[in-house]
Amino acid sequence: MTWLTEPWSFAFFRHGMVAATLAGALAGMIGVYVVLRRMSYIGHGLSHAILGGAVVGYVTKTSFYVTGGIWGALSALLITGVSRTRRVGADAAIGIVTTGSYALGIALISRQHRFTRDFEAAFFGNVLAVTNTDLVVLGVVSLAVAATVLLLYKQLLFVSFDPEVAASHGVRTGVVDVVFSLVLAAAIIATMRILGVTLIAAAVVTPAVVARLATDSFGRMLGLSVVVGAGCGFGGMYVSYHADIASGATITLTATAVFAVAYLVGRFRSRRRPLPPAGELAEPAAAVGGEPVLSSR
Amino acid sequence: MVAVTQGSGSPLVVFDGAAFSHGDGRVAVEADLELAAGCFVGLVGPSGAGKTTLLRGLLGQLRPVRGEVRVAGEKVGRRPSGRVGYVPQLETVDWNFPVTVGEVVLLGLVRDSGPWPWPRGQDKTRLDGMLERLGIAELRDRHIRALSGGQQQRVFLARALIRRPDLLLLDEPTAGVDVRTRQEILGLLQELNGDGISVVLTTHDLNAVAASLPEVVCLNRRVMAFGPPAEVFTPEVLRATFSSEMVVFRHEGALVVADAPAHFADHPHHAHVHHGADHSVPAAPAGHGVPATQAGRPGAHPPRERAG
Repeated sequence: MTWLTEPWSFAFFRHGMVAATLAGALAGMIGVYVVLRRMSYIGHGLSHAILGGAVVGYVTKTSFYVTGGIWGALSALLITGVSRTRRVGADAAIGIVTTGSYALGIALISRQHRFTRDFEAAFFGNVLAVTNTDLVVLGVVSLAVAATVLLLYKQLLFVSFDPEVAASHGVRTGVVDVVFSLVLAAAIIATMRILGVTLIAAAVVTPAVVARLATDSFGRMLGLSVVVGAGCGFGGMYVSYHADIASGATITLTATAVFAVAYLVGRFRSRRRPLPPAGELAEPAAAVGGEPVLSSR
Repeated sequence: MVAVTQGSGSPLVVFDGAAFSHGDGRVAVEADLELAAGCFVGLVGPSGAGKTTLLRGLLGQLRPVRGEVRVAGEKVGRRPSGRVGYVPQLETVDWNFPVTVGEVVLLGLVRDSGPWPWPRGQDKTRLDGMLERLGIAELRDRHIRALSGGQQQRVFLARALIRRPDLLLLDEPTAGVDVRTRQEILGLLQELNGDGISVVLTTHDLNAVAASLPEVVCLNRRVMAFGPPAEVFTPEVLRATFSSEMVVFRHEGALVVADAPAHFADHPHHAHVHHGADHSVPAAPAGHGVPATQAGRPGAHPPRERAG
């Protein structure tokens, strides 16, 4: 049991555990919409785009959360706006906007001729070095995202499932899209310093995909994705502590392992499903409409 | 104005010189049309004729570049009317989306239910009543993909009906379904129409329209003809609407529309006399069916015209 309790005697672990679990839950919640709206790469793209804002914050000596927030919100809105024009799909919009913004960040870093620990945290995440400010921001953003998802649950579901019919039912699809973009940007910014630019996509996408494999109900998928995300953060922290591996990597690897198990269990179950007895599939035409009109004999 | 008057009461839907464009400056379809409350109407025409465009105009998704659309006397604006229920083409549905029958139908109450994700007691009662009415109560927790074609259509009908609309719009409800499902869907729509709900659907299935619908509007970027199928479906009207040769005949009491044989193109004007020995001549007496081509403009002073 000591392997379970021992890490909790360290303040950095307690902080990191809260951060990783909360970040996992938040990413899992937002990930459901990201996956179902076929925007899986937006987490990856937005975190890269926000890096441009982080560099501007560093150059102008402003908080990462301020410049990153503005940068992320603008990028998310730009992606939503561009992808609503039918000639450019969401995937192309994500590619154009986020890599452009990322390139701007790289250009600014190269002008500074310095690569500081701030950027290292942004790139790779550092869950063990989370500050109180990071935790407060993460907590506030998590509450705000959860409140938005609760209050706009039906609208978000309708717009994700069937945007055209949602509009015919009076749902303001444009407003819902904008709100979702801002919530997504906020979630990425709040989790970026914990999980890192390079690993955040997995935290967003994997729990949602695992939940999708386990259920056909949207409500259950949303709940399950939050639990899986939080569980991977929690479990990944233990693996990180005991195996002495970078925490961002262990959280991602835990999620990947959970996905692999869920996928294999799903495959196994579908193979084990018994076939109906011979003859049951072929319902004779005569059973429906009496004597067959045409016969080969 | 062309008026479909089979239903009872005042006009429910009015396209008052309504012209729609898809943003390229050209008019995609222009319609002068009245549909009475209680109507059961099929919009038929070739692809690109403007059938779905008219439905989108009724939903407020597309606004006319001139003229106006009214539902129950109210001009259709950007905010869609709660009086209109819409069933999209099933082909447009994402069947891999994780959503159960109950979850889909409850979406129909998105504007009328409370702010929380979970349904209130009264919402559950309405859901159960609607599923019961459409005969899919036992499918409530099933995923939408795990249903037959007819059951899937009933789910999306239930979503449209749960908000208790006066007018039901269906975009190609019989596309891609087998004969039994098609008959099941049209029978269900007849029942709903019998309960007082006006029904407008688009379809390419002329024979299903001829067999099941009391009224039809032939459309090809304007109203070409309207009326009961037996009067409207003549080779002349169908040629004008579809730019194709078709033969129309009766077989055991049913009106049948079929593609003309290939050699027919050489003698298209024999269409109305080209019938098999055991088939009767189509019923298309002069003055019926109101082929709009008579007057050079859609529905200009046809026999059944009503002053607009």
